[in-house]
Amino acid sequence: MTGELGQLALCFALALSLVMAVAGLIGTRTEANTARRVATSSALGFLVFIVLSFAALTYAFITSDFSVALVAGHSHTLKPLVYKISGVWGNHEGSMLLWVLVLALYAGMVALLQRGGERLTSGALGVQGLLAAAFILFILFTSNPFLRLDPAPFEGAGLTPLLQDPGLAMHPPMLYAGYVGLSASFSYAAAALLVGEAGWARAARPFMLIAWIALTCGIALGSWWAYYELGWGGFWGWDPVENASLMPWLIATALLHSALATEKSGAFRTWSLLLAIAGFSMSLIGTFLVRSGVLSSVHAFASDPARGFFIMVLIALAIGGALALFAWRAPTLQGGAAFEPASRETALLLNNVFLVAACACVFAGTLYPLILDALNGTKITVGPPYYAITFAPIFFALLLLVPFGPQLGWKRGDLKAVWHSLYPALGLAAIAAIAVLAIVAPRTIAATGAFAVAAWLIGASIIDVRKRKGARASAFAAALAHAGLGITLMGVAGTTAWRSEAITVAAPGQSFTVGPYTLRFDGVSRVKGPNYIADRAHIAVMDGGKPGAVLQPEHRLYPAEGQDMSDTAIRTTGLRDLYLALGDERGDGRFALRAYVSPLAPLIWIGGLIMALGGMLSLWGRLRAPAREPAAPPVAQAAE
Amino acid sequence: MNAKKKRRLAFAAALVAVGAVLAVLIRYGLGQNIMYFHSPADVAAGGVSEGVAFRLGGLVEKGSVTHGAGAEVKFRVTDGKGSVPAEFVGVLPALFRENQGVVATGAMDAHGTFIAAEVLAKHDEKYMPPEVVAALKKSGRWKEGAE
Repeated sequence: MTGELGQLALCFALALSLVMAVAGLIGTRTEANTARRVATSSALGFLVFIVLSFAALTYAFITSDFSVALVAGHSHTLKPLVYKISGVWGNHEGSMLLWVLVLALYAGMVALLQRGGERLTSGALGVQGLLAAAFILFILFTSNPFLRLDPAPFEGAGLTPLLQDPGLAMHPPMLYAGYVGLSASFSYAAAALLVGEAGWARAARPFMLIAWIALTCGIALGSWWAYYELGWGGFWGWDPVENASLMPWLIATALLHSALATEKSGAFRTWSLLLAIAGFSMSLIGTFLVRSGVLSSVHAFASDPARGFFIMVLIALAIGGALALFAWRAPTLQGGAAFEPASRETALLLNNVFLVAACACVFAGTLYPLILDALNGTKITVGPPYYAITFAPIFFALLLLVPFGPQLGWKRGDLKAVWHSLYPALGLAAIAAIAVLAIVAPRTIAATGAFAVAAWLIGASIIDVRKRKGARASAFAAALAHAGLGITLMGVAGTTAWRSEAITVAAPGQSFTVGPYTLRFDGVSRVKGPNYIADRAHIAVMDGGKPGAVLQPEHRLYPAEGQDMSDTAIRTTGLRDLYLALGDERGDGRFALRAYVSPLAPLIWIGGLIMALGGMLSLWGRLRAPAREPAAPPVAQAAE
Repeated sequence: MNAKKKRRLAFAAALVAVGAVLAVLIRYGLGQNIMYFHSPADVAAGGVSEGVAFRLGGLVEKGSVTHGAGAEVKFRVTDGKGSVPAEFVGVLPALFRENQGVVATGAMDAHGTFIAAEVLAKHDEKYMPPEVVAALKKSGRWKEGAE
């Protein structure tokens, strides 16, 4: 029964989203409040029914109801409960339902918070309703998660072991909260174009922040998962799927900065609108790339051409429609306010130029192989070296300029004074560069430069914090986020430049070294997990000839799924990771082993977390502030 | 020309300049750093030069995997039309199997052996790298639904 209830709830949600779309759009034009009230209540009703539908599917997974085809195809009775739940979105149909659930949550927030003018909110709900209806139609017609199987099988097929991992259980919801969160900014921007209201940047700010925080966490989580799960010690491979999450993040970051200028000084009015459209467009393209099966990866669920085609039409309508609206309405809006060359606006402009350029590089590198394949069937891949010569220098230039932004005043700033105030950060950068050159081998220009820039960023953030002593907590958000960037950079530079690697085939009792560690392989034992059988290696870290800590990387076989995978063992000091992966058996009890020592690796994700904390601090300040523009025009003040 | 028009013109000029620099950078980057995919049949036909990095994909030939004393592994990659000997030093992915799909990056050496720098196996038994599927279809070894 629950399957049918879930489908019924989804149909009701479709009806309500259509009501929300029509009422919301009418509400942008009428004097009376009726349509707007209908839009608000139907948004909440839509949310309720999507939650019901999602709950029904989750219930089917928890109770292992194999009469639902999706559950039979992707679950198993022996799976731990948490992976039964995460199995809901570990497949194409369920993940699309999760997508719509997140969309509904944002629509609900827009309806409840009622930020901005009533016509603006109404328009935003209308656009959100259109998106929701399109995606629910997509689910019902091409990817129905509630289809039945008759007869129901006795046991399910299980979930890819790679996805049976706590990090990856959380990764999709987090990333979707980010992807789909950009739909709120998109809807507000489209509504602003319809209504002609300039206050949208302030109204949509919390949604931009939530989306950005979620994207930051989602990317960090995905990268962390790749690091400890895939067994090659890498944290970022410029894989198209990773790029698909990076592109919306780059645009969302640009949008956060430009919308701030739009809100505080009236600059970049039309540009911010365009970025809001571009941000969600990147999310949609990312979804298409990841889900349509055009890319070869674990993420590609759908291989049904009808789905790819449907998503493509959907994307074309959403992006094309928004851009047409932009071309039609943007010229009628008030132009951006003027500013001096030395001002916060110029700094934010440069920020946007670099971020969008960086995104363009990633976009070209990701799509070029697809275009070439479509044109003449030539199959190529674009590897990390491409990004090293395009993305890296652009991002590096951006990082050099970051410290100036928060220090400069709006409209007109004093560049000389800012430059003077940044001297200590410059000194710190010089010290960092010299220290890196003097202490650590091997010496590389890239690592030296990266540490200097990281010190420059962190130093400038400290200066910023000292300057704002006594200000509201949210005034420190930018400093925190920028410092987090510096910390991530140190982690990336540290592991890239100074990682040591040992690949060995060892017999039990044999020792080998990696970096400063001597390790002894003490053989392999067979252990039984909840739904797998594993070869567990015992590897002792030798401390002056005596065995100290023991690391136990595993090689697991999942009989239900008929698949095997490796589980790495990582021992971290917080500043350095010792990383071990167990490879294949090479006869006579000998096993291939892979060991890495990754200096500063944890900083990559700690930095990401700090960036997200910066976002949360800003969000907290925002939600406490009034949603509408204050009566007095804001004077040059601390950035948020 | 008033100040506002001037500003707009300067802005447009700057935008074009930035776009041009970006286009050149991307073009240069793509020109230098793309890696082609070749099937064993392509290699057999002599379509691959020595020392040029590419991705080789196909099935791991049955009975071809041999281990050396250290971490080195030798195997052959086949698509039914061609069969390329490959050498790899390192840890093979958990899903590396005889008669299963594999994609490796590397280059041919002077003796016609593929020296693999990286070996990627498919992620699960349902998944086959699309390049491998295309190569197998081309060589007639692909059977729909026979996985």
